[in-house]
Amino acid sequence: MGRIRTIARRTFLIGSAAAAGGLIVGWIAWKWPIANPLLKDLEAGDVTLNPYVRISPTGISIIAPRADVGQGIHSMLAAMVAEELDVAWGGFTVEHGPPSAAYYNEAILAEGVPFAATNDGFVARRVRGLTKVVTKLVGMQVTGGSTSVPDGFEKMRVAGAVARQMLLAAAAKQTGVAVGSLRTEAGAVITPDGTRLEYTALAAAAAVSSTPSNVTLKDPSEWKLLGKPHQRLDIEAKSTGRFEYGIDMRMPGMVYATVRTNPRIGGGMTSMDDAAAKASKGVIKVVPVKGGVGVVADNTWRAFQAAAQLKPQWGAAPYPATSQEIWDVVAASFVKDRQDSRFKDEGDIEAALATDGATKLDAEYRIPFLAHAPLEPMTSVARFADGKLEVWASTQMPRFAVGMAAKAAGIEPEAVTLHTLPSGGSFGRRLETDYIEQVTQLAVAHPGVPVKLTWTREEDMTHDFPRPLGMSRARGAVKDGKIVAYALDIAAPAVASSQMGRLGLSVPGPDIAIVAGAWDQPYGIPNYRVTGYRVPETVPVSSWRSVGASGNGFLHDCFLDELIVAAGADPLRERIRLCTHDASRRVLEAVGEMSGWGTPLPAGRGRGVAFVIAFGVPVAEVVEVTNAPAGITIDRVFLACDVGRVLDPVNFENQVQGGVIWGLGHAVNAELTYADGMAQQTNFHQFDGIRLRQVPEIIVQAVKSGSRIHGIGEPPVPPAAPALANAIFAATGQRIRELPLRKHINFA
Amino acid sequence: MRLTVNGQPHEFDVEPEMPLLWVLRDELGVTGPKFGCGMALCGACTVHIDGKAVRSCQMPVGSVKGAVKTIEGLGTPEALHAVQRAWIELQVAQCGYCQSGQIMTAAAFLAQHRHPTDEQIDMAMTANLCRCGTYPRIRAAVRRAADSLGGR
Repeated sequence: MGRIRTIARRTFLIGSAAAAGGLIVGWIAWKWPIANPLLKDLEAGDVTLNPYVRISPTGISIIAPRADVGQGIHSMLAAMVAEELDVAWGGFTVEHGPPSAAYYNEAILAEGVPFAATNDGFVARRVRGLTKVVTKLVGMQVTGGSTSVPDGFEKMRVAGAVARQMLLAAAAKQTGVAVGSLRTEAGAVITPDGTRLEYTALAAAAAVSSTPSNVTLKDPSEWKLLGKPHQRLDIEAKSTGRFEYGIDMRMPGMVYATVRTNPRIGGGMTSMDDAAAKASKGVIKVVPVKGGVGVVADNTWRAFQAAAQLKPQWGAAPYPATSQEIWDVVAASFVKDRQDSRFKDEGDIEAALATDGATKLDAEYRIPFLAHAPLEPMTSVARFADGKLEVWASTQMPRFAVGMAAKAAGIEPEAVTLHTLPSGGSFGRRLETDYIEQVTQLAVAHPGVPVKLTWTREEDMTHDFPRPLGMSRARGAVKDGKIVAYALDIAAPAVASSQMGRLGLSVPGPDIAIVAGAWDQPYGIPNYRVTGYRVPETVPVSSWRSVGASGNGFLHDCFLDELIVAAGADPLRERIRLCTHDASRRVLEAVGEMSGWGTPLPAGRGRGVAFVIAFGVPVAEVVEVTNAPAGITIDRVFLACDVGRVLDPVNFENQVQGGVIWGLGHAVNAELTYADGMAQQTNFHQFDGIRLRQVPEIIVQAVKSGSRIHGIGEPPVPPAAPALANAIFAATGQRIRELPLRKHINFA
Repeated sequence: MRLTVNGQPHEFDVEPEMPLLWVLRDELGVTGPKFGCGMALCGACTVHIDGKAVRSCQMPVGSVKGAVKTIEGLGTPEALHAVQRAWIELQVAQCGYCQSGQIMTAAAFLAQHRHPTDEQIDMAMTANLCRCGTYPRIRAAVRRAADSLGGR
């Protein structure tokens, strides 16, 4: 504890101060206390000025140490460095870099504390600050929680500014011209007579100069890259088939593998008849892996064919085998013993529910298990030779992945080299390390050559760690046109303890995700209570785009809509009236203006609104639907949100629209169900969202405010399902309380 | 067995039932076409055979009659196809994994439909899955490519 307190005090004492023309940052030494990991593998002639900048005689590399799973974070983080370093867009390469504690994510735990995003008070800020100390001590290099932008916004710019300062100092020394008379432009220092001294030529001298103790960051009004659209660095390669994903890796001598493990996750294997598989064309060997076997062959398809001929006897699932039995466990969890949290408890609920003359409502809602199913299946490459392991894989947790690979190989983590790759989607799936442990086991069993593991889609869909199912029981009362009571009980399994448990870690305290997106909503309802109940773990579960809020938005906002309708109030105007948080109110007002809320719609059409603040970002969505003879069509979506500052308007819009479609598509159409201990959905004919012909026009607005900067990958998801369900109610009078919606109504 | 891929002749020895996708990817090293589902459900593996869009994951190589074109042969960074140019200008891709298939589907569709309506575009592109949700940009990029090809 002493150590934490000491470092924490330094964090608070040594801060940054606003100054005319920019932000003076004077805590560089604290930010970079860990040795620069780039020093270890520098090639001859290369230098590194800090953990984010490496310069060779021929080019500049920017290190963006977060997984690019499609959200464009490599371009975004590189733009932050490039803005301050003053290099032309595209005048550098960007790479993920090695796993290192130096790349800890200071924002990753800030949402895990029981303070609402709307709470910016002293204690909330101080506790959030302490979480940074914890992530630093643990060296948590993690991509997730929409944190890459808030985590990187200052430190990446500082990295660029420090490197630029060192290059300027080197130029001053070389030319004898004072730093103040030099300027920089597009990767070079320019002397007063116009001579260009390229960074690549100055780097060696810069590397031996000392790191400046403070730098001044540009005022946003001086930005050339940030805040403006720039072309993603990967867009050309991704549009011409030249972008290399993990599944595309080819190396001399490489062999191709797949696995079949027990779809009753954790159930183990009792026996395996592999005779036919071993005799199958192209098969090199069949080897045991955790929970099943792997087939190593000379071609991926031949490995798939052989794996299909395996005759396994799987052990029983270590959890209830059917969806019905699992729902029974959920339903039985609304008891005192299983109460996990009650972060919101205002007024006197029971008394308010008994108010004379009040109209009382109660309802039960359900949300299903959901698969991540990124389009690139789980894949990885590994080579084991001379007691050392080299792994190429996409992962959102590179340091944990190294630890798990080392354990699977029976070697020290220092003997593992991990190359973190970009991937064809993740949505949280690559926070898991199962496929990395498997490729390690395969490589150890077949040493000396690279082994590429590719899962079939069926293996992927039936071996996910899904978004947990959940149930809510809500009660409320309205009187005289107002809500007088809202009590929401939510029962769900805990994601964090399931997920961290697989890494051998325990998570103390209540699980925020059970009630995230529900307990922390900014409404001034006089008697208002949100209680979380922890369902015992059945199917192991994991983080899925927007985690707890992904389903809790539906549970909380739809019943709020029921109460508002019962009170005879207008759904949007009443949310605005109840709202106690300025930034949230502004996005509600904005979405009202954008959508023409209140203007009449033709018969058969309906409009629904929903609001969720999650990951610090208030998001309001209005959905318009038509109740047509062929079924419901989703016509338009309007979305307003506040991320503080938009750093790339094009990528921002793409992320927001993608998040809305993720939310709508799963709400309409997707669920994982279980029978005989296995997920019953095995491919996209049984698990799919909406396709292009069902995709509405999506109009997006970023409300400008002075809020702290936030990420946008996840926040658009939670309000999509409730806005759609509320719109369907408006169009049809049918209140649907279970996802996916198509179980209750047809879609065209 | 012989196959022309992107104008290049290839000779190889595999069982005729091996899907074209895996011949391209693992035998010939042509990795633009992607594996997503293996059941012709997602379209990530889409290639052209004599100009027609085909799901290569369900096409046995022994049944291929005609020249194969993959995303690599559609256009290059130096000489982009109109569809690729629209995809770049509108920055369609997020993870990008489905986009080879989306682009090949769009290119084959636009070659057959010089004057597509918005509804035809929506229907043509609906067989291709994108988990990231880039659909609004896909829709806009196909419209732009149709315009630039002079059809609309």
